Amino acid sequence: MALTAAPAAGARRHGHRPLGSRLRTFGFHAGASALSLLWFAPIALILVISLRSTDDVLGHGLNSVPHSFAPGNFASAWNDGGLKQALINSAIVSIPAVALTLLLASMAAFALARYQVPLRRTLLLVMLGGNLLPPQILLVPVAKLTELFGLHDSLAALIAVEIGFGLGFYVFVLQGFMRTIPAEIQQAALLDGAGPFTIYWRIILPLTRPALAALGALSFTWVFNDLLWPITVLVSETKMPVTPALLGLQGQFVSYWNVIAAGSVIAAIPTVAVFLRFQRHFIGGLNLGGVK
Amino acid sequence: MSLATTPAQPALNAAAQRRTRRPRRPRRGGPLRPTPVIITFVLVPLLVESVSVFWPAIQGFYISLTNWNGVNAPTFAGLGNYRRMVSDPVFHKALTNTALWLVLFGGISAAGGLGCAMFLQRERRGIAIYRAALFLPVVFSLTATALMWQTLYQPNGMINSMLSTVGLGGWQHAWLANPHTALYAQIVPALWREIGYVMVLYLAGLKGIDPALYEAAKVDGASPWQQFRNVTLPQLRSVNAVVLSVIVIDSLRSFDVVWALTQGGPYNSSQLLSTYMYQTAFVNTDFGYGCALAVAIFVLAFGVIVGYLVRAFKESD
Repeated sequence: MALTAAPAAGARRHGHRPLGSRLRTFGFHAGASALSLLWFAPIALILVISLRSTDDVLGHGLNSVPHSFAPGNFASAWNDGGLKQALINSAIVSIPAVALTLLLASMAAFALARYQVPLRRTLLLVMLGGNLLPPQILLVPVAKLTELFGLHDSLAALIAVEIGFGLGFYVFVLQGFMRTIPAEIQQAALLDGAGPFTIYWRIILPLTRPALAALGALSFTWVFNDLLWPITVLVSETKMPVTPALLGLQGQFVSYWNVIAAGSVIAAIPTVAVFLRFQRHFIGGLNLGGVK
Repeated sequence: MSLATTPAQPALNAAAQRRTRRPRRPRRGGPLRPTPVIITFVLVPLLVESVSVFWPAIQGFYISLTNWNGVNAPTFAGLGNYRRMVSDPVFHKALTNTALWLVLFGGISAAGGLGCAMFLQRERRGIAIYRAALFLPVVFSLTATALMWQTLYQPNGMINSMLSTVGLGGWQHAWLANPHTALYAQIVPALWREIGYVMVLYLAGLKGIDPALYEAAKVDGASPWQQFRNVTLPQLRSVNAVVLSVIVIDSLRSFDVVWALTQGGPYNSSQLLSTYMYQTAFVNTDFGYGCALAVAIFVLAFGVIVGYLVRAFKESD
């Protein structure tokens, strides 16, 4: 392999590609296309089914080519399946939860990254550790705690839980990022008489924007896609966000695979949109915690 | 740089002065003494996390030592719930399944993710499309993913018809209704979503490897396998730690798939610790035993996560 690769690389440098190299390129694209198609096939099939009428699916089977065009499935999922209300609930939960988590986490990260806070490392470790606890250990106590605070079955309780449970990881990532900001910038501001809050809000936070965007995009999908906390904290059907509402839809439209497919598509659209909009940040965000 | 600015302003603060006296340690982060505002910056988030995570966690451990149905006051039971676990066949099944899930889901997504990353590593025409196709499922919720695959797994669904098309009609199953296949059938959608994620982590890791290392290995006559074994794998060590922790956390989160598809059935055949815990606590309202099962999950995750923490901190400083 090493021997065959060397002449090919040399030939490329001279501008004309021998047959072997072209064959290898073709082989790569054939393999990669097959893999991509395999990965995309379930999505394509679901998209097709979501647009077929119920009679068509029952009459011709799940895998037949479409004999109908029934965008009404989306209306069924949206209105009768309650996904409209569920999406509103999801927005009410996800957006404040992400914004507040980023705010709180960036405050702590700023203090821990830029000041000699006593027990700095221990605090970081403890906060991150809290985030890495399996949520199961918290389910029962948190459910009881929301009752204690009078927040039983409320979206506010869900927001609070999502904030608390995300915080540690965000602090860890953001402080790592903030530590790379040169100290001179902060010192220059100090010389100009800026207080800690001004330094945080006007200097460090704007410089942290790439990390904030990455974390924001990522955590939006996490909160939006979460199932466990909503079904633990909430009881009323009308308050459920999209993910548990999908399970409701599944129970309501048993064997209506076209409506269930339409519901899944609706539930996936917001996160796909966020991903496409913040693609670069998103991929960067996945690597933030890991590769420094 | 910092040394050039500080002496110019002697009356900065004690910390800055200390730095001028010890010029050997120009720290990157500002070694500034915290003001009350800064202390508040730390304490408020810490308080939020304490109320919503640390305090409930302590309570969770305590509740596992009680019998509690949520209506009457809890009664202290000592280690009764844990003794019950020892002789609970469903717990044994759930524990086995969780371990199986960890090994299969973890092993295949790590190997598959690394394989895809190496396959799609080189920047070339069309590569972004291939990567995007593999990554797309990552942004779907596990629940939506599960529902999509539920359709594929129907007796007349795509999986079975594909099998009969390629002449493997004998392999057809009612995948989710058959106790022998339900668990494995549910690992597949989880893998479909996880491999793209792991691939992205490994792509970044591969990018960080110095090409000179491969050149040197080639000069030394290393075969591709030897290059992989002795250059790629050791260089990916820090990414491996991240992948490992991501996989462990995600396999404990697999609750969503199983809860959406079989809720642990049929006959507990696909029961995981996470689904059994949720069922015990919130369907059967047996909070004490539910919390004891949660502690079991905690113990299982603990080892790996502590390993990750130690590693992450070595790298952060």
